[in-house]
Amino acid sequence: MGVIFLLIGISLIVAGGFLAAFFWAVRSGQYDDEYTPSVRILWDDKKPENSTSIDNNSTTVNKP
Amino acid sequence: MPSNFDRHLQEIFAAMKESPVEISVSERKPTCVHCGEACDTTHIVHNDLDFCCEGCQWVYQILHDNNLQEYYKIQQSPGINQRVREATDYAFLDEPEIQQKIIDYASSHLIKVTFHLPAIHCASCIWLLEHLYKLVPGVSRSQVDFLRKKVTIHYDPTQVTLRRIAEMLEHIGYAPSLNMGQLEEKKLPVVPRKLYYQLGVAGFCFGNIMLLSFPEYLGIEGDQASRWFNYLNWGLGLPVLLFGAQDYLKSAWHGVKNGGLNMDVPITLGIIALFVRSTIDIFGNYGSGYMDSLAGLVFFLLIGKWFQQKTFHHLSFDRDYKSYFPIAISVWQEDRWTTIPLSKVEPGQRIQIKNNQLIPADGILLTPATQIDYSFVTGESDPVFKRAGDTLYAGGKQIGSPIEIQVTKAVGQSYLLQLWEDRAFTQKKETRDHRLADQIGTYFTVAILTIAGITFLYWSGKDLNMALVTVTSVLIIACPCALALAIPFTYGNVMRLLADKNMYLRSTRIIEEIQRLTHIVFDKTGTLTAVNDYHILFHGTPLSEAESVLVRSVAHASTHPLSHQLDLYLNKYQLGSTEDFREEPGQGVTARVAGQVVRIGSANWTGAPNPGSNGKQSVHISIDGTYRGNYLYESRYRASWRKTIKVLARDYQLSLLSGDGDRELRRIRSVFPAASTILFNQKPKDKLEYIRALQDAEQRVMMIGDGINDAGALQASEVGLVITEDINNFTPASDAIIHNGLFPYLPQLIQYTRLSRRVVFGAYFLALLYNVVGLSFAVQGMLSPLVAAVLMPISSVTMVLYGLSASTLLFRIMKLNELPQADWVQTKVDDLYQFST
Repeated sequence: MGVIFLLIGISLIVAGGFLAAFFWAVRSGQYDDEYTPSVRILWDDKKPENSTSIDNNSTTVNKP
Repeated sequence: MPSNFDRHLQEIFAAMKESPVEISVSERKPTCVHCGEACDTTHIVHNDLDFCCEGCQWVYQILHDNNLQEYYKIQQSPGINQRVREATDYAFLDEPEIQQKIIDYASSHLIKVTFHLPAIHCASCIWLLEHLYKLVPGVSRSQVDFLRKKVTIHYDPTQVTLRRIAEMLEHIGYAPSLNMGQLEEKKLPVVPRKLYYQLGVAGFCFGNIMLLSFPEYLGIEGDQASRWFNYLNWGLGLPVLLFGAQDYLKSAWHGVKNGGLNMDVPITLGIIALFVRSTIDIFGNYGSGYMDSLAGLVFFLLIGKWFQQKTFHHLSFDRDYKSYFPIAISVWQEDRWTTIPLSKVEPGQRIQIKNNQLIPADGILLTPATQIDYSFVTGESDPVFKRAGDTLYAGGKQIGSPIEIQVTKAVGQSYLLQLWEDRAFTQKKETRDHRLADQIGTYFTVAILTIAGITFLYWSGKDLNMALVTVTSVLIIACPCALALAIPFTYGNVMRLLADKNMYLRSTRIIEEIQRLTHIVFDKTGTLTAVNDYHILFHGTPLSEAESVLVRSVAHASTHPLSHQLDLYLNKYQLGSTEDFREEPGQGVTARVAGQVVRIGSANWTGAPNPGSNGKQSVHISIDGTYRGNYLYESRYRASWRKTIKVLARDYQLSLLSGDGDRELRRIRSVFPAASTILFNQKPKDKLEYIRALQDAEQRVMMIGDGINDAGALQASEVGLVITEDINNFTPASDAIIHNGLFPYLPQLIQYTRLSRRVVFGAYFLALLYNVVGLSFAVQGMLSPLVAAVLMPISSVTMVLYGLSASTLLFRIMKLNELPQADWVQTKVDDLYQFST
């Protein structure tokens, strides 16, 4: 039965680690802005060659 | 990965190949790729894309050249319309003194600065601003805070200047808003960080205590181990009591000390009873204690608080005059114009005010003549004509070409600012009266103490030990956690639902204030009438089509707001090219179009036989020296304003206070009920005094206004409601902000807010039921920790679900969900997924 105390001790230390991580996250300002990161995460950084497709089209068909 | 935008382009290309002629005009009206507005007045086709103006095309070109077209893919037409391009002189940002005030952090190779950019409105904006480093060499990093509409920029001062960054931001349509008020602004997170810490601690302890209580839930008791579990529970409960519940304990103590029993008193009684009883149980080895209930209770309370505290940070409810003043101003010093911080301006100095700038200090006009728009201060919409030597009061807005002023009083001592010295601005509203919850809290505390006393008397005759057990049980179970959760969740949800429809409340306290209103006071200009929306009528010799073209061409070239309105009014006519354009400040403009000399402006300027405009705004016209007549401007009333007033008159007493002259009296009188007061020529101070007088007569007042001339009245009234065209505009300090489109629905919105009180009463009834059940256990001494641990979360969760669903249901029953959505809206998540998948 004694081993249960060891296990509880370890589990509390681990959980305490998460609590400390949460404190760190709050302190570093991660909870100050809860909206913008949710948008930012959806962008891919595009390679330049992908994004030139429109330009090729548009320069060839120039309207008077 | 074809995005919406690609598809849109492909459609256009395909359509052009099939029928190259028809596409441009007849089939569909092209909209600007950059800003999304219809290309009606001007239509530029560049790279086969439609633009509504050169400005938009120009911004597109910059982004295109810098490989930033992604901007147009994230959101369709994300840009800010560039038809009226501003060119602010940011020279003042080169002054070290001003830089120092704006910059957050500086070292030799890194400067951090935060700008407020009111134009931020969508995901594309975030994307572009966070890729600023591609546009401005020397910027190493930029981070957007969308809700506050701010961007924090890191840059290297040896490579780029602050001024250059500000100019580039303006070029691409995101002009930073720099005003005097920001210098003193503190940076506050949306939700105070302490609440997050408390939530973290309470949640951590709650979870672990539940885990350690398992042996007890499963009925494994008496073991040596379970005793140690209880000690551990006690240890985990301690931070919950001392840190998590700190604010409740303090508030209750504060309440008791001041003789007012607020809602936190019975909560604190419950918390303390839980803790004391558990301590005795655990250390006296009588039982396992109630630490799980204690931690759960505090955790739920904190969640409620978090839900309620969410506010709308892109809006500012606490603006004072400083937000309207520029950060810096041009001063004539040592034979040249230099820019200095506004706060450094001293009497005797000569300053320059540009078009649309606010006069920041009282002074004497040096320029021969000008027109000043004082609507900001007085509410009177007609510009005032001033000559050299006249005194100009701070708060007026210069219209037309730049003027020079000799300052007579320092900025802080001007006539405008006297209003802010009134006690309405120095006294905080929050402290004025008790909330509903606190009133109920008082009865509640008395009731609990009575029941506890009776229980104690009953049991003390039989068994003193049992008496103590039952008394603590009563205090524990009666702890009004359900009551305490009902208001945050119900009213918090009401606030969110209203915000979805563009009505923003400062806090849930305002909901309670709205429920108790008896009197509504309206401002006229900008509130009952729309801003910059005129009914224009021509009086005089009718103009032919060709002549209308002449008039519009000249009006189009002028920067004066009345000319701009005229230009819009005449927009069905073509634009001709103007020559010899000249603007005479305070008089009018002249130009030659198609060989004819056109003058538009004041009666004097055009040689009108008589001014004859009855005090209404007018623009006179002469063509080739012949007076032709004048355009009369009448401000338009808001859509269905009559009905709105009539509906509100059923439940409230109404008044109208206007800064204007009484020329509209008859029209207004016919709409307002006979008993209502209608006053004209009201100065800001008069409006404030009127509200005070109503309050002295036991009225609870809502002031509906729009400008800084109502600031005193808005501040003094129980509910100051500001109505605005653009939710991101500067509005004076207030309790609530609504979009002007909502004006016709105001009665329903107020009604909804009033009815939400019944939702709360329903919650109280539920809480009462729960308490009756719980108390019947408690008074018999049968409240085991297990019963408490089950009953408490159930009641809390019921309360949360009930509060949210009942307030939403009411919103739907009243069909308010059918109102149009907020138009400034943040990016919809669906739209985002379209480009990411």
